[in-house]
Amino acid sequence: MIRKILSMILAGCMTVSLLAGCVSEKVTEDSSKGTNASNSSLTKAEPVTIEYWQYFYETKVNLMDELIADFQDKNPNITVVQKHFPYDSYQQKVAAAISSGTGPDIINLYYGWVPKYVKSGTLQELPEASFSAEKIESTFAPMVTVNKIDGKYYTVPTAVRTLGLFWNKDIFKENGLDPEKPPKTIEELVEMAKKCTKVVNGKLEVEGLTFQPSGQLHAWFRPVLLKQFGQEPISEDKKTVQWNASEGGYKAFEFLVNLAKVEKVGEKDFFTDDSTAFISGKAALHIDGSYRLGSLKSQAKDLNYGVTVLPSYNGVETSFGSFWTNGITTNATGAKLDASVKFLEHLTSIETMKAWTEKIGEIGAKNEIAEDPELLKDEKLAPFIKQLPVADSYFYVDEDADRKALMDAIDQVLLNNMDPKKALDQAVEKVQGLLDEYWKK
Amino acid sequence: MKLKLSIKGRQSMWAYIFISVPILFFICIRIVPTLYAFNVSLHKWDLLSKEKPFVFLDNFKELFHDEVFLAALINTGKYILFAVPIGLVLSLCIALLLNTVTKGASIYRMVVFIPYVTSVVAVSWVWRWMFMKQGGVVNNIIGLFGIGNQPFLDSTSQAIFVVISNVIWQALGFYTIIFLAGVKQIPQTYYEAAKIDGASPWQRFRNITIPMLNPTIVYLTVMASIQTLQVFTQVFNITSGGQGIAGGPLNSTVSVVLYIYQLAFINYKMGYASAATVVLFVIILCISLFQMKVLDKKYDY
Repeated sequence: MIRKILSMILAGCMTVSLLAGCVSEKVTEDSSKGTNASNSSLTKAEPVTIEYWQYFYETKVNLMDELIADFQDKNPNITVVQKHFPYDSYQQKVAAAISSGTGPDIINLYYGWVPKYVKSGTLQELPEASFSAEKIESTFAPMVTVNKIDGKYYTVPTAVRTLGLFWNKDIFKENGLDPEKPPKTIEELVEMAKKCTKVVNGKLEVEGLTFQPSGQLHAWFRPVLLKQFGQEPISEDKKTVQWNASEGGYKAFEFLVNLAKVEKVGEKDFFTDDSTAFISGKAALHIDGSYRLGSLKSQAKDLNYGVTVLPSYNGVETSFGSFWTNGITTNATGAKLDASVKFLEHLTSIETMKAWTEKIGEIGAKNEIAEDPELLKDEKLAPFIKQLPVADSYFYVDEDADRKALMDAIDQVLLNNMDPKKALDQAVEKVQGLLDEYWKK
Repeated sequence: MKLKLSIKGRQSMWAYIFISVPILFFICIRIVPTLYAFNVSLHKWDLLSKEKPFVFLDNFKELFHDEVFLAALINTGKYILFAVPIGLVLSLCIALLLNTVTKGASIYRMVVFIPYVTSVVAVSWVWRWMFMKQGGVVNNIIGLFGIGNQPFLDSTSQAIFVVISNVIWQALGFYTIIFLAGVKQIPQTYYEAAKIDGASPWQRFRNITIPMLNPTIVYLTVMASIQTLQVFTQVFNITSGGQGIAGGPLNSTVSVVLYIYQLAFINYKMGYASAATVVLFVIILCISLFQMKVLDKKYDY
């Protein structure tokens, strides 16, 4: 008896929840049909609202508000709604919104995530009229070609960042080095780093050169060091990893791990991480992006430091470039698409890029910016801007896993004493697996 | 037809009607999502892609060839193997000591219980800083005894034990209070009788305390194992290598739940992550069934 009643109640509950599920599905179906219908009936003169998403970074959000106000003045029928989310949950929010078919019309993504979004079919190809491949390649910094997938572009950046070499002038002075002469080549870099390294009773007190595989060290390795040692990190068609394709690749990796293993100029997690060590005045040389200038300004007012271009090797001058880039999602159709393209043109105009460079500290993504005398006046920012034409990006299909593979290889050498060649081979195998999975239809 | 119910039957009918509300809630937020996760685990369910093809058991096959997942299983085994027995023995000792304290007993109990109610994240970060290779307080202290700098969190063999020590320290208060309640329930007459018969303290402990505490020990072992199986926060906070990649050098501390989190919310491989969840579910289910079997035993002394 009791069992019967219980089972009836359970059955009742299930039907109720099932019905509830059906009803809510119907409602959403209806509402989505409704918006589709209204989309197609819109004409150009009619007001249109588009949504722009980015992660929360105060100065970026504020500047975007200004840019939007400016854009709306010029295009009174278009309303742009900016939404932003904390960085930590940004990707999750985007993925969840996109998988449910809602979400933004224009989206700001890290360039390393773009291949993933292209494969999932959430980004549309940029329209030929405004953003043809020739036009992008002739006006934008060369690093943007990293996201050319099957000959097509899906996103364009407003601004990019390059890596530069930070040096602490006070530590240089203490060790008898000229504080105004940073290393120009990798040989000089190692030599100066060794001079500045301070070890007391076997404990590292001051790092000569920061060594943080999870920081920018991995980006310095690929593509910068690899290219300088004569090895392209990835094949032309972006399908094969080539870190170990030649003796040069192995040498580049050995040079990298030897900084910690043989020269002992830096240590992983020293003073929490590389940038904290440099900010605290516990590191003489440090490789980082232009975005670090902001935190140095606010957190290390008294730090006497300079910035220069990355040291060259074998006469090769290059840097690593990375960027946040803007794409149009498949949500945008009809009038919304037209409005989105207009807004994207606004975001990639030279005026916007100049404002962005001045206010955010990221460098406008067009080659013109590299020759802008106004911007080059800022001596801290200038080295980053100068590297715009030579900087290269690295093609990620899964940024985290790619970085982890390299971090693991470094750990294998430093902690488990593995042969660097073998460790690099293992990393290449892992990353090749990621690429294979990506290109598999 | 009139429904004929006895008084007892009517009472239980009302009971079921009232229970149905929480049951409905339980079904909606626990049972249905669980069943749904089983369904997801049979698909290649990439959060970003619109197609989610049915792949049957492929995810599971892949899991058992996945180095990181196997490492996570082994690590989780280590967490249980070390954290549970050490934690239980320590807390039993503390409970027995507390049992003999008469003055200020509540203060001691409070002190022992405090770790359990402190924030796991905060404590994990304290641990992380304590065990820092450079400038960590632990390295400074052992340095006084002439022991060289230990890498701790930067070592593939030591990192996991740093995490385990944190897990033990945090759970100790809870175990102790439960043990204390168990110890208090043992009738004093047994001890008195044993004393008169000339039993030594060890004999009394071995032959009275332990058997009488058996249900408590079983309960705590099972609870502690299940909790430790799900260890996440400590691993995530103590051994994150920076920028979201947690799990110690070369996956030496990664736990199953942490790996599931990474698969689902960093790589968006929902199907694959669900498959790992199902494996964890089966393991926990086995432990729970084992618990029911053992706890159902009647103890008669």
